[in-house]
Amino acid sequence: MLMKIQSFGIMFLLIMCQSFTWAAIDAYPFPNDAMRGQYNSLIAELRCPQCLNTNIAGSDAMIAKDLRREVHRMVLEGRSDDEIRSFMLARYGDFILYKPQLRAGTVALWFGPAIFFIIALAVIFRMLRYRKTSPLALSDQDQARLKRLLSK
Amino acid sequence: MSGLKKSLLIPLVIFLGLVGILAAGFSLKDPHLLPSELIDQPFPDFSLVELNEPTRVLTAEDLRGQVALVNVWATWCPNCLVEHAELMRISREEGVPLYGINYNDDSVKARNWLIRHNNPFKINIVDDQGKLGIDLGVYGAPETFVVDTKGVIRYRHVGPVTRQTWEETLGPIIEHLKVNPAGMKG
Repeated sequence: MLMKIQSFGIMFLLIMCQSFTWAAIDAYPFPNDAMRGQYNSLIAELRCPQCLNTNIAGSDAMIAKDLRREVHRMVLEGRSDDEIRSFMLARYGDFILYKPQLRAGTVALWFGPAIFFIIALAVIFRMLRYRKTSPLALSDQDQARLKRLLSK
Repeated sequence: MSGLKKSLLIPLVIFLGLVGILAAGFSLKDPHLLPSELIDQPFPDFSLVELNEPTRVLTAEDLRGQVALVNVWATWCPNCLVEHAELMRISREEGVPLYGINYNDDSVKARNWLIRHNNPFKINIVDDQGKLGIDLGVYGAPETFVVDTKGVIRYRHVGPVTRQTWEETLGPIIEHLKVNPAGMKG
């Protein structure tokens, strides 16, 4: 039984590890490590427009391959992260960025979770306080009745 | 209503709110459909050769003058074959010029494909690197754009063009743009 659990554990670990490997295998040349780092972090934060929830680093889709090539070209041209992000934004919209920019249209995305969290905390605090202040406190009348009943 | 009763309604209100949000999420027709950033933007500049006349260089200038359909297609795209009959019909019967963008494809295969299935396109732009596709925000094929007389993109359709697409969206939009070139409003 224990063996079984262990081998399942190992299998699970292997599967987990696999999902973290990048699918991108195209080896683009870079003149220095700074540019390679910029490229790697950009393709990790740009979302593949074809595939709902994969970054362009991790997708085999044709469009992801094309976008990696464009990112590589722009990195070599010396463009900044922001310039490359706005290039993508102008063509594919907010969807392309895993970290959308803070604008009127994206306020709910940025602050929605925090607001829900605060509401949840407020509800929990209220419940706790309600429980503390309204325990089964008996009125004087009831207390007297209780005593009478117990002393019988 | 007493305070206690009102507070009992709060979970119900939250629940109904969540139901509303989730219902809106599930009723999205297709999560793959992204809104286009290019509506009301001029057709992006390009300089690419013509599929059947590889010595001829095409630019955005070549798409101007008439309300037209620009169709992104490829031989590797099964839905392009699905919509092909309708594109043939539109080019024959509707008097709307059809411009093709042969997207991420092999030109020899593409020429043969058009010989085998007939050619509905007035001109065909060879986008073998998919760069024009990126400038158009294309993420697959087929996609179809409506371009007005000034070369401004007015509408984008993702997926195959069917008779229904023509009758319900593309046709009316093109008719409207022919009568009222200034815009879609009104």
